[in-house]
Amino acid sequence: MTTNSNPLAMMALDDLRVLEIGDERGAWCGKLLADMGADVIKIEPPEGDPSRQYEPFVDDEPHHERSLFFWYYNTSKRSVVMDFNDRSNADAFLKLVESADIIFDTNTYDPVGRLGVDYHQIMSDNPGLIWCTITNFGFGSVRDDEPHTDLTLAANGGFAWMNGYDDHSLPPVRGGGQQAYHTGSNYAFMSILTALLHRDATGVGQHINVNINASVNVTTEAGSYSWLVSHSTVQRQTGRHAGVAPSMPSQIMCADGRYVNTGIPPRRPAEFGLCYRWLEDEGLLDQLPEAALLLVGAELESFSLADVFRGDNEELLAIFGAGREAFDLLASKLTAYEFFTKAQNFGFQVGVIHSPEEALEDPHFVDRGMQVKVEHPELGRDVIYPGAPYQLTKGSWGITRRPPLLGEHTDEILSELR
Amino acid sequence: MPHHVKSQALSHLRICDFTGQLAGAGATKFMAAFGAEVIRIEDPSNHGRWDILRGMPPYVDDRRGPELGGPFNNHNVGKLGISLNIKTEKGRELFERLVAISDCVTENFSSGVMRSWGYDYDALKEIKEDIIYVSNCGFGHSGPYEKFKTWGPIVQATSGLTMSSAIPDQPPAGWGYSYMDHTGAYFMAMAIMLAIHHRNRTGEGQYVDVAATEAALTLNGPVLLDYTVNGRPLRRDGFPDANHSQFPAMAPHNIYAAQPIPGSFDEAWIAIACRNDEDWHAMRDVLVADGCDWAANDDYGQLAGRLSAQDDLDSKIGEWCMRRDPFQSAELLRAAGVPANAVQTPEQRIDQDVNSAEAQLWPTIRQAEMGRVRVDGIPAHFTKTDWSMTRGAAVLGEDNDYVYGELLGLSQDEIAGLHEEGVI
Repeated sequence: MTTNSNPLAMMALDDLRVLEIGDERGAWCGKLLADMGADVIKIEPPEGDPSRQYEPFVDDEPHHERSLFFWYYNTSKRSVVMDFNDRSNADAFLKLVESADIIFDTNTYDPVGRLGVDYHQIMSDNPGLIWCTITNFGFGSVRDDEPHTDLTLAANGGFAWMNGYDDHSLPPVRGGGQQAYHTGSNYAFMSILTALLHRDATGVGQHINVNINASVNVTTEAGSYSWLVSHSTVQRQTGRHAGVAPSMPSQIMCADGRYVNTGIPPRRPAEFGLCYRWLEDEGLLDQLPEAALLLVGAELESFSLADVFRGDNEELLAIFGAGREAFDLLASKLTAYEFFTKAQNFGFQVGVIHSPEEALEDPHFVDRGMQVKVEHPELGRDVIYPGAPYQLTKGSWGITRRPPLLGEHTDEILSELR
Repeated sequence: MPHHVKSQALSHLRICDFTGQLAGAGATKFMAAFGAEVIRIEDPSNHGRWDILRGMPPYVDDRRGPELGGPFNNHNVGKLGISLNIKTEKGRELFERLVAISDCVTENFSSGVMRSWGYDYDALKEIKEDIIYVSNCGFGHSGPYEKFKTWGPIVQATSGLTMSSAIPDQPPAGWGYSYMDHTGAYFMAMAIMLAIHHRNRTGEGQYVDVAATEAALTLNGPVLLDYTVNGRPLRRDGFPDANHSQFPAMAPHNIYAAQPIPGSFDEAWIAIACRNDEDWHAMRDVLVADGCDWAANDDYGQLAGRLSAQDDLDSKIGEWCMRRDPFQSAELLRAAGVPANAVQTPEQRIDQDVNSAEAQLWPTIRQAEMGRVRVDGIPAHFTKTDWSMTRGAAVLGEDNDYVYGELLGLSQDEIAGLHEEGVI
């Protein structure tokens, strides 16, 4: 387990001040900035960010300082409470803007309209300012006033169409977590960094208009390009790529009731040989009458799935079938984790289907420092957070402070501005 | 801003790029759209087939071959392409000259490939002191699984994303595509640009190790804190339950079967989410006006009541959803202020949703052999340095003359000679 990075070490974005004005849709973008060292000031309404009321809560006790949802998305940030309905805050807001390099907002609180400040004046007074707006359909869209959530955006933008089961009487499935919002925020962060590098080179800032629905749309791999290129439509399949044509199952339940993703079963001569050796290692050769076929497959000069699927060569079909049978047999004798590590050690591209918590505790991710301890003095104990999404060797990632209490930094930040 | 005006946002940057597939290629595609000069290096000895997407379907017509793969074109729009066999002495020399004039070297090979060629970070730094070297592979470049192989579905499986995408009493549904190839590429692009900003401030280059599995793990946040703080695992009876919303708790919140649209597929679905009691009251009024008296039940008035009757509520709403096609029902609900949307097919979201046109999301580019074809654009617009896409993926060696000639100063004869020798 690792603890917070060295507080004295430089971080890649610790030269930047960012104002975060928005709701949960942009919070991930703010965390990405803050955990790289940016001074992200989250401006909250007097009642607090709505996600402070979101489950789960510490010990299931609802309280605006106990939301683990809020905690996760707001590490390393500071909190200022400012009431945009009170126009006497306009000066303080403009001073905050003047001190900032980047603003990002989700068009939720409309500081410009409510405080009666002039957006164009702000941009011309602060020529280096980068202002990024993240909204459901892009600022100014004819659809942008519609009510939506992560689920309905996942439905609109194409995630949902592609995820689900072979049995189409079961509904399409939204992936776990708020991945539509994540995807919008990922594009917001990439866009902000792009504008930042342009500013590094020229001193010039600008406005960026990020569209969550569009972000989902271009994060659908074959779903989009099958339509764009050949006007064909993919259909959802259990645990594997939605396809224009059905493909082979790739999920097997193992002896412990958990699943592995086997990818494509053995399909090269060398792989048939390795498969035979694996069965031999496990003492399972006598339980698979077809095992001898694997040795035949191992001796072939080449093996192509296209030849198998043409269906006119019974020996090839039988060899391919033996490989799949071998995987099924091995899975029935091994736990999912054993199957995964043993298969990978033989060179097979296989994955154990971990739950998120199993992934966090997996020895590989523990070894690489994915458990990060963050002090929570109010709680009287440290909390383990997931760690860095990328490992920079200089100016690297770190959670610099626990998520802020509501308005915790109002006085210190506003007094700096006077 | 029109799509053909080249962006100046990153036009001061040059990337020496070995990336491929989507997990790597997606990162440099984004930067190329903003004007970065991305020079993609491919091995002429196998016609660049390390990237298996060269030659993969879909195709624009009946032709097949390594220059005609739809996904390859989609992920490599706007990049320059050169051929270079790095296993030859002259190839290594050319590569090193290219590194010397580049800001970054990027790759998404299996762990150890660059090292086996003698080009780890220290070696690249010898060539150019402030070089940034960003490597992206499934499990990263250290730890027990360093040698393990991945692609999108394996990344999703091992990070928890496959498991968390399921409905109760069913196996994992997972993601019906390589979500983490896209998203791994996004994190790679972030990492590249973070390292460039660090260099702009300090003059220092660096090595960056991106592991797509770790990027994926961070996308499970609230569920993980529920475990580390409250000790509640996601693997428990009745979970995962991805179409319902636990964080935050909402009900109703689901995807329901709807009346199919004549002439389209024989199934149609609608997503509905009531964020709070106010949304439910609005939905209740729509339902009651449509003859569903059951919706007026006071037990449903508050969230707790709706959550405890969730399955019953779902089946009643499901019946109502079968009365209309999903676009009609979604329209009714949204007009009342309730989040609702059809589960759109690719055709519906790409060609019929007004937002696609507004966002100019699917630009038409020209690829030398495929001709004109639409590709994924960028879901953001900049007021001063907006992205552009005009040229498709380079055919093998398409930019050899520019890169070897103009950038490295080789003569036409020298370039022809290197081609003869199989170096380029």
